[in-house]
Amino acid sequence: MIKYILRRFVNYLILTVVATVFAYIAASLFFFPRRRYLGVNPPIPEDSIDGILSAYGVNDKDPVLLRTWWWIERVLFEPLSQKLGQDLNGDWVVLEIISRAGLSLRLLLLGALLAAILGVALGVWGAVRQYKASDQFVSYSSFILISTPTFVGGVILMIVATNVNDLIGFQAIRFTGPSTPGIDGFFPQVWDGFVHLLLPTIALMLFGAASYSRYQRSLMLDVLGSDFIRTARAKGATRNHALVKHGVRVALIPMSTYFAYSFGTLVAGSAFLEIIFSWEGMGKYGIVAVQTSDVNALAGNVCFTAVLLLFSSTLSEVLYAALDPRVRV
Amino acid sequence: MPEPLLQVKDLTVTFPNSRGGVRAVRGVDYTVDEGEFLGIVGESGSGKSVSSLAVMGLLPSSAKIDGDITFRGDSLLGMSDRQLSRLRGREMAMIFQDPLSALTPVYTVGQQIQEALTLHDKNLQKRTAEKRAVELLKIVGIPAPERRVKAFPHEFSGGMRQRAMIAIAIANDPTLIIADEPTTALDVTIQAQILEVLQKAKEVTGAAVVLITHDLGVVAGNVDRVAVMYAGKLVEKGPVDEVFHTPRMPYTMGLLRSVPNMLTAGKERLVPLEGRPPNLAELPPGCPFADRCPAVQDRCRTTEPELLAELGDGREVACHRADEIAAGTLKPNDIFPRPPHEERELKESDTLNPVVRAQDLVRHFPLYKGSVFRRVVGSVKAVDGVDFEVLPGETLGLVGESGSGKSTTALEIMELVTPQRGSLEVAGKDVGTLSKAQRLQMRQDVQIVFQDPMAAVDPRMPVGDIIAEPLTVHKVPRAERTRRVLEMLDLVGLAPEMTDRYPHEFSGGQRQRIGIARSLITNPKVLVLDEPVSALDVSVQAGVMNLLEDLRDRLGLSYLFVAHDLAIIREIADKIAVMYLGRIVEYGPVKEVYETPRHPYTRALMSAVPVPDPAIERERQRILLTGDLPSPTEDIPGCNFASRCPLFRMLDEDRQARCLGEDPAAVPHGGSTVACHHVDQIGQLDDVDISALSPTGD
Amino acid sequence: MSMNAQQPADHSADLSQDLEPTASLIAATTDRDSAEGPSSHRPISRGRLVWRRLKTKPNFYIGGVMVALIVAFALFGDFFNIYAQGQQDTFNFNSPPSGQHFFGTDAIGVDLYASMTSALRKSLLIGFLAAPTATLIAAIMGSLAGYLGGPFEMFTNWLINLLLVLPVFYVLMIVSPAIADPSNLPAALQWLGFLPAWGLLVLAIGFFSWMIMAQIVKNQTKSLKEREYVKAARFMGVSTPTILRRHIIPNVASLLIIDGALGVAMAILAETSLSFFGLGIQAPDVSLGTLLQDGTGAAVTRPWLFVIPASFLIALLTGVALVGDALRDAIDPTSEVNRA
Repeated sequence: MIKYILRRFVNYLILTVVATVFAYIAASLFFFPRRRYLGVNPPIPEDSIDGILSAYGVNDKDPVLLRTWWWIERVLFEPLSQKLGQDLNGDWVVLEIISRAGLSLRLLLLGALLAAILGVALGVWGAVRQYKASDQFVSYSSFILISTPTFVGGVILMIVATNVNDLIGFQAIRFTGPSTPGIDGFFPQVWDGFVHLLLPTIALMLFGAASYSRYQRSLMLDVLGSDFIRTARAKGATRNHALVKHGVRVALIPMSTYFAYSFGTLVAGSAFLEIIFSWEGMGKYGIVAVQTSDVNALAGNVCFTAVLLLFSSTLSEVLYAALDPRVRV
Repeated sequence: MPEPLLQVKDLTVTFPNSRGGVRAVRGVDYTVDEGEFLGIVGESGSGKSVSSLAVMGLLPSSAKIDGDITFRGDSLLGMSDRQLSRLRGREMAMIFQDPLSALTPVYTVGQQIQEALTLHDKNLQKRTAEKRAVELLKIVGIPAPERRVKAFPHEFSGGMRQRAMIAIAIANDPTLIIADEPTTALDVTIQAQILEVLQKAKEVTGAAVVLITHDLGVVAGNVDRVAVMYAGKLVEKGPVDEVFHTPRMPYTMGLLRSVPNMLTAGKERLVPLEGRPPNLAELPPGCPFADRCPAVQDRCRTTEPELLAELGDGREVACHRADEIAAGTLKPNDIFPRPPHEERELKESDTLNPVVRAQDLVRHFPLYKGSVFRRVVGSVKAVDGVDFEVLPGETLGLVGESGSGKSTTALEIMELVTPQRGSLEVAGKDVGTLSKAQRLQMRQDVQIVFQDPMAAVDPRMPVGDIIAEPLTVHKVPRAERTRRVLEMLDLVGLAPEMTDRYPHEFSGGQRQRIGIARSLITNPKVLVLDEPVSALDVSVQAGVMNLLEDLRDRLGLSYLFVAHDLAIIREIADKIAVMYLGRIVEYGPVKEVYETPRHPYTRALMSAVPVPDPAIERERQRILLTGDLPSPTEDIPGCNFASRCPLFRMLDEDRQARCLGEDPAAVPHGGSTVACHHVDQIGQLDDVDISALSPTGD
Repeated sequence: MSMNAQQPADHSADLSQDLEPTASLIAATTDRDSAEGPSSHRPISRGRLVWRRLKTKPNFYIGGVMVALIVAFALFGDFFNIYAQGQQDTFNFNSPPSGQHFFGTDAIGVDLYASMTSALRKSLLIGFLAAPTATLIAAIMGSLAGYLGGPFEMFTNWLINLLLVLPVFYVLMIVSPAIADPSNLPAALQWLGFLPAWGLLVLAIGFFSWMIMAQIVKNQTKSLKEREYVKAARFMGVSTPTILRRHIIPNVASLLIIDGALGVAMAILAETSLSFFGLGIQAPDVSLGTLLQDGTGAAVTRPWLFVIPASFLIALLTGVALVGDALRDAIDPTSEVNRA
């Protein structure tokens, strides 16, 4: 069992490495960092530009594969804080990631967890009450929520919160940035952080829960007609008891794989939310990196995301093995 | 007379759809007395399972149920799910067909048995429940129950899972057990074990048992009374001996005459029961069997006969002409005359070159592990060195249980490539030496008919194209193709206007005829038939079997006939090869093998096949095999049957050692070849009563 | 531990199919029912059957009407408007929706209604071109991988697994500089430079969103390959391309149709997200994404600039999702019968 999980982990680890290297190559091909230094006044001599770019290891005059090799070398042999090189601002990417990761993870993990719980609960509930008004309501709400990108949902929540604040006359729901600057004391700070977390977390949770609930519902419907539910009822379990004790338990198994597949969507969704809510997190770092053609920053970002997905995939394998005795050997 | 345990009165079940609904059950009456063993027989779609699910209250909520069901005088239909759930499992239990899907995969077998106990006794201590679960597993004959109680369903074989299902059913000493096709998914030798366990369960609990099945043989050997169901209604009911010996409803007669009987097969022909059951969504007025009944009269088409006990002899029949039949003026042989049987005369085999000859044929499948880094961790020895030959005009029957490798053998021939080991010759040519063009040419000579008529034809192609497909490969012009298709349709008894219809418009039997037509269109020399009738309803089987026999004799075809059913093989084959775990254990002329089986496995297999005759069934001595088929991935040094061999357990130590240490080679005995060291000892099996139920450890 | 043994076919062969589960009973009778209708005795193709079932699904009508209305608005909306896309009305800055400017104007007096029709046309174009592209790639890759197996299947598996650790959106982000400015295309792809930005976006989305579908097609093909009629064709000597064309592709077509429908929503969403962050369609072109980006800053003070494009986007995506859901129900008859 542990061997199995470990093997899966190694498997994902290799994929993570391959994905990051691919991302570096692709970014090197498509990004043109030189442009940043071209149209400036007074013009910078070409030699100096080459010098700056070469220092970062992103000079387009060097062949892409060579640059990739240098990058890999750095990752392998440099000290930890310098492994991923510098971004175009001259900051070490690893340090940048460390300072930003906490913010992003706070939103992402909380949102994902709540989305999973809410999604599974709604999916089960909808399936058990199939075609009743409440199921219809949940179904249509899910369709609308799935169709609402997080950056739209976030803005809508902001409009709502502004109106609420206006209505009650003071800033009850603060949503710009991860915290309000200048608050002292532990508890006020924690409370402030919580308030700021509220809207983006709700946006992420609703977006995730909507698709989880659709999937969970259809899994439950598959399970509802299965023979073992009939057996459980034949033993003397009531319909609801059989559904909860046997049905949900079995329907959760494929769900654990789905979590892993959909986590990427959540990562992208939370990146959008960071920008909407002006959080200096990893998502923002990534999008700014694309906007400024910052190869090292983007490669670092992809690496971070890939490691995150590596852990989520492994976690879902663990979950799968815990839920399904058939893979436990 | 005491009140019956279960009384079903005028039960009707309708599944609503956009056009009003499908009436799956249309007015069924029956009673079950305490401790009785009732059999309900019917073909697929007859409503037998639906009616029993209605009794248990387990139909989908969309089903509309009318009539009355009383259990010990209490009406079940008005009860809430909660009230019913107190009865289910405690008073009435049910055993389902497919034991794999019927157990929850994520809980251990023990947990699932314990749940049956704790659901009805909330105060039961966990430890007591555990102990009881072990006891129950022991009762149903699962070896090492203390260990197995912690196993998950997927770690059990099919037979063991069904035993576990029975353990769940008897956990609370119910008074009624409904077994819905409990052995249909299992092999004959396992079926024999399970039926034995079911009998034992009945003895232990004293419960009444309702056995629902399509298999007349299974009914014959077990039940006291039998009810025959057709198109949602009971059409005949009575004590099992009387119904089997003097059936009064033409449908029962047809069914009994169409089913192959291992004891009589090959001596008389099967009687086909033409047509198919009516569509329950659009039932015409009158008797639903009228269209298929040779004794039909005008009134049969206007009024539907009621199930009546007119003669007062405890038998009930739903037929307008039941009185004539009972009086003996209308005999079964008049209604369903048996086609004349012709003795087959085979040419002298020495002078003929075999059309198929396999020598030491091997097919192993690598066993992989892992999804991204796949690596071979072992191999499945599906076919492990078999020798056989098929002579022109001859039929070789390949028989065995699932996992014996018989279908793999058949498919291996179809591949027409060099085997992994050994050699394969078709029409005198070694297939390993064929060029690509020659191989394509040879494909005309060897054609295949598959088991599942649903899967064997592409649902998106019209029948004409399906049948002509083999010709497209050989660049036959369109006009010629059309001509051949019409010829083939005529040959298999289908109308020419069928060519532009799609497969879903045909019944299973018709689809199988389409498959046969497709296989014959290239004028093949050999037909490989892979379980060609086992997916068909009994009444349809006979028609297809007779067609196959006629075609063979008319066209001079050779058949390699793969089947698990010994009766079918005896009906059609000239020679038989019995396979076990990738090997042929006995090979010889049908007559010889059936009359003097020399391998203990052949013996056990033959004794496990139920015969549709209650009197014979009661007399028969069964040789039960213990346990399950070993995994084909195992390396077994000696005889691979030793672990289950009934003879092995009677031998002295020296002989046993030989079985365990030395792989028996196939040696001629009489007209057959047998792979057993102790053919001379086989007589021991005749004398001793072998009770294989007692587990021999693990 | 997953043990992938290629089991001998014996197992299923010996299970007598003479079962009587209620599900198949109902499914079979309903099928036969509709097939042997009194109206005709002609064979009814599966397409017609699906269409009949589809017509009973309310989601199909709700979603279909939503999508149809939006498409009609995008195509014909301009007939009712006097302003052209991008045209400024210097007398009306920041005016809320009115009789003159149906959807209001922005800070420089650009008519939102005119922008909306133009943006929708662009987003719809991208959606309806990128989704079939992805589906086509999925069909080819999936069926080949499933039928051929071996190294090609391994390769496809790797690509799909890679997706597990690298979200599609990140891939699109990496190639987005080329969409914003085709001169950023790497040398090997310079020949694509003639394409407009939306054309490159179609290619990018189509090229990077086929993997999950290919996985499903692959699994379906593998099970079809074991079907007896495919085996029979092989034993007749029918060639592999013919088998794929004659037996495999038609039988996975229904899956592909569902995927194509749902893919439209995915593609529009991808386009909108990229453009929203300035990585896709660039000014002076407009798409739903750029309009939303422009509207976000004004969301609180001039809500129409955000709410109107947002509502259209949500309505469009919801409509497509509802149609896709109805299609799935109609194509897969087991998706709703016999639920206890």
